[in-house]
Amino acid sequence: MAVEFEPKIVGFLCNWCSYAGADMAGTSRMSYPTNIRIIRVPCSGRIDPLFVAKAFQMGADGVLIAGCHPGDCHYAEGNYHLRRRFALLRPFLDYLGIDKERFRLEWVSASEGKRFTEVVTSFTEQVRRIGPRVALGGPRAETSPAEVEAH
Amino acid sequence: MFVCHCGTNIAGVVDIARVVEAAKRMPQVVYVSDNKYTCSDPGQGSIKNAIGEHKLDRVVVSACSPRMHEKTFRKAVAQAGLNPYMLEIANIREHDSWVHAFDKEGATAKAIELVRLAVAKVSRDAQLHARQIGLTKRALVIGGGIAGIQAALDIANSGHEVVVVEREATIGGRMAQVDKTFPTLDCSACILSPKMVELSSHPRVTLLTYAEVVSVKGFLGNFEVEIRQKARKVDHASCTGCGTCWQKCPEKVKSDFDLGLGERTAIYIPFPQAVPPKPVIDLESCRYMKYLAFTASGAEGKKPPQCRICEKLCPTGSIDWEQKDKILTEKFGAIVVATGFKTFDHSAYGEYGAGAYPDVITGLQLERMMSASGPTGGEVRRPSDGAHPKTVVFVSCVGSRDEAKGRAYCSKVCCMYIAKHAIMLKEHDPEVQSFVFYIDIRAGGKGYEEFVRRAQEEYGAIYLRGRVSKIYQEGRKLKVLGEDSLIGRPVEIDADLVVLATGIEPSTGVVDLAQRLSISYDTDRFLVEAHPKLRPVETQTDGVFLAGVCIGPKDIPETVAQGSAAAAKVAALFSQEYITTDPMTATVDLMKCTGCMLCAQVCPFKAIGSQTMRDGKVLANVNESLCKGCGLCAAACRGKAIDLRGFTNQQLLAEVTSLWQ
Repeated sequence: MAVEFEPKIVGFLCNWCSYAGADMAGTSRMSYPTNIRIIRVPCSGRIDPLFVAKAFQMGADGVLIAGCHPGDCHYAEGNYHLRRRFALLRPFLDYLGIDKERFRLEWVSASEGKRFTEVVTSFTEQVRRIGPRVALGGPRAETSPAEVEAH
Repeated sequence: MFVCHCGTNIAGVVDIARVVEAAKRMPQVVYVSDNKYTCSDPGQGSIKNAIGEHKLDRVVVSACSPRMHEKTFRKAVAQAGLNPYMLEIANIREHDSWVHAFDKEGATAKAIELVRLAVAKVSRDAQLHARQIGLTKRALVIGGGIAGIQAALDIANSGHEVVVVEREATIGGRMAQVDKTFPTLDCSACILSPKMVELSSHPRVTLLTYAEVVSVKGFLGNFEVEIRQKARKVDHASCTGCGTCWQKCPEKVKSDFDLGLGERTAIYIPFPQAVPPKPVIDLESCRYMKYLAFTASGAEGKKPPQCRICEKLCPTGSIDWEQKDKILTEKFGAIVVATGFKTFDHSAYGEYGAGAYPDVITGLQLERMMSASGPTGGEVRRPSDGAHPKTVVFVSCVGSRDEAKGRAYCSKVCCMYIAKHAIMLKEHDPEVQSFVFYIDIRAGGKGYEEFVRRAQEEYGAIYLRGRVSKIYQEGRKLKVLGEDSLIGRPVEIDADLVVLATGIEPSTGVVDLAQRLSISYDTDRFLVEAHPKLRPVETQTDGVFLAGVCIGPKDIPETVAQGSAAAAKVAALFSQEYITTDPMTATVDLMKCTGCMLCAQVCPFKAIGSQTMRDGKVLANVNESLCKGCGLCAAACRGKAIDLRGFTNQQLLAEVTSLWQ
């Protein structure tokens, strides 16, 4: 029986809203798939397109960016900068052969643990449906949790 | 590297032994141990010991969210002689064990990767040094209700200056609208008014009523706030509050303070005990203002009367038609937000008449009627015909505990004020029979349960467990259809008056204010505290504190306690001579900077200026006191010349890369 494909997803979360929202999902004991690896940044506006490109280059199957809702940015306007950057980066990645559906931007506030759970669950499902990525420059190496541990 | 079990919170899901084994094999990791509770005294002690014993120069703690204990562990490593910023936290609780309880294998694998990620970051941590800067020992309190009054008085009494900004023409807030308080039936005005007067006469308090916060800049210890003083058209310096103007003003409008039950004049004080006891002119209803607007518009037809009676009668000549809105800019070291609440608008309930039946009123309206200084002089009368009601039906949870109306939460005070109303109605008129439809009776609090029992047993209020399905007018009566779910039978009551216990919701405009202050609010628009249990009056924004119902529904004693709590936080802050700033600021590599100044354009805090080098080149320069560490500049810089300490490009890239090592 074929083992179901487990995508690897990198999540960049702003410290003030979305990271806290992810914490809230935890404190509320909600449940979502284990595929996401969260990297904390002070503001979604801190996210350099380079980080996203790097994640895809390394073999990420999906990249999720989450920040404060428009108007709620802790730094007043960081999420607006990110939104513009995202709008440019997404088609560019698509052009490089990285399916648009693998790159998502969501607004999650500090109190929206439920929303975070829904976003991660649906995004994981979406990426799982698209299937494994063919890495730029060669087929993607499959790694199982056991192999990861063996490193 | 320290892996925390957090009792069974983490260890119950994540296989700690495997995480420890995997961590041992990670590059640069020289020491790994696990603790039951790393945040405990022995846990922190083991970190300190290991730093000394193994000559560690950086530390990873794999435990709960950094938003929880980052400060704790920074302090611990600093005590062992390390730079406090040589610490990273792998969040294997909130982001792992707690959300993956049903996938232990996956959670363990994820924990190992999160640990590897933290190792990648910590190995690129640099020593950072917090700087000390001065602070303005002056506090701003937003909202002049009981929470704000208490906070302001306590701060002022601890020796610091306070400015209270209140949107309405008087302080006092919702408590001033209440007639009596449960469960002691103290007269609300009798306990509140002295505090209002104390506040207004306090030498260290400046009261700005009829004013609003426009913008907030700066940070902990050094806020700069713009406040709009709305035009009152009355010079409060010379006005004596004699009352001639509002007794003679011919223009009558519905009183907001009396929730539409009574009238006030266009020049008014909201209620007789208002503080300051000086009037303002309501620009929308004043006849002279309408006259001015009419003439300015150049419209044809009959001109409204010029009126100006108040001006003619004022003995001190205090009416000032030229007065305009004024913007005041003030400096503060701390801000307390106490913006309170409003009651739910029951027009959402079509089945209760959506506000169409005059004799279906809200609890707060009943409160105004019962008040001796209220629109009916303390008599309970039906708004439709002024008759004294004999059969009164209370409906609980109107706009509370009703997900269909978008209000899932309990408003907490309604059960108690219904009991209070039932008791007081009987005291006003022994012939009154109260019926209370309830879902549950929530009476947690000192003397509260006993109070509800009294309403039932001594005052004969009949409690019926169930919801009201429909209210409609039938002749002079209101037909109330409900269900007594305890006996499983429908109930029909012919009522003279129906009182809806409308729930609590945050004040209008609170979201705008939260955005100006960079503080969070939840889906119900209540403001979010830094930690729901342990930091109940702080926010995630240092120097901004909360008090009262703006955080969530609560009764008066709790609100007062929070006012005092917020004041204690402010006083503790002001007891310091300096505050330390976060050293996670932007820094420019002058060798790479080309002086394009894109960073300065994106910086929301105007923290980036330019500097001229000896060779004449103009390059970027970060003002560290203004930089808040958002990193917008670092993401925008084309040459990667500007970077953010604590979240450097190198660190973030290493974190990404670590996931495939």
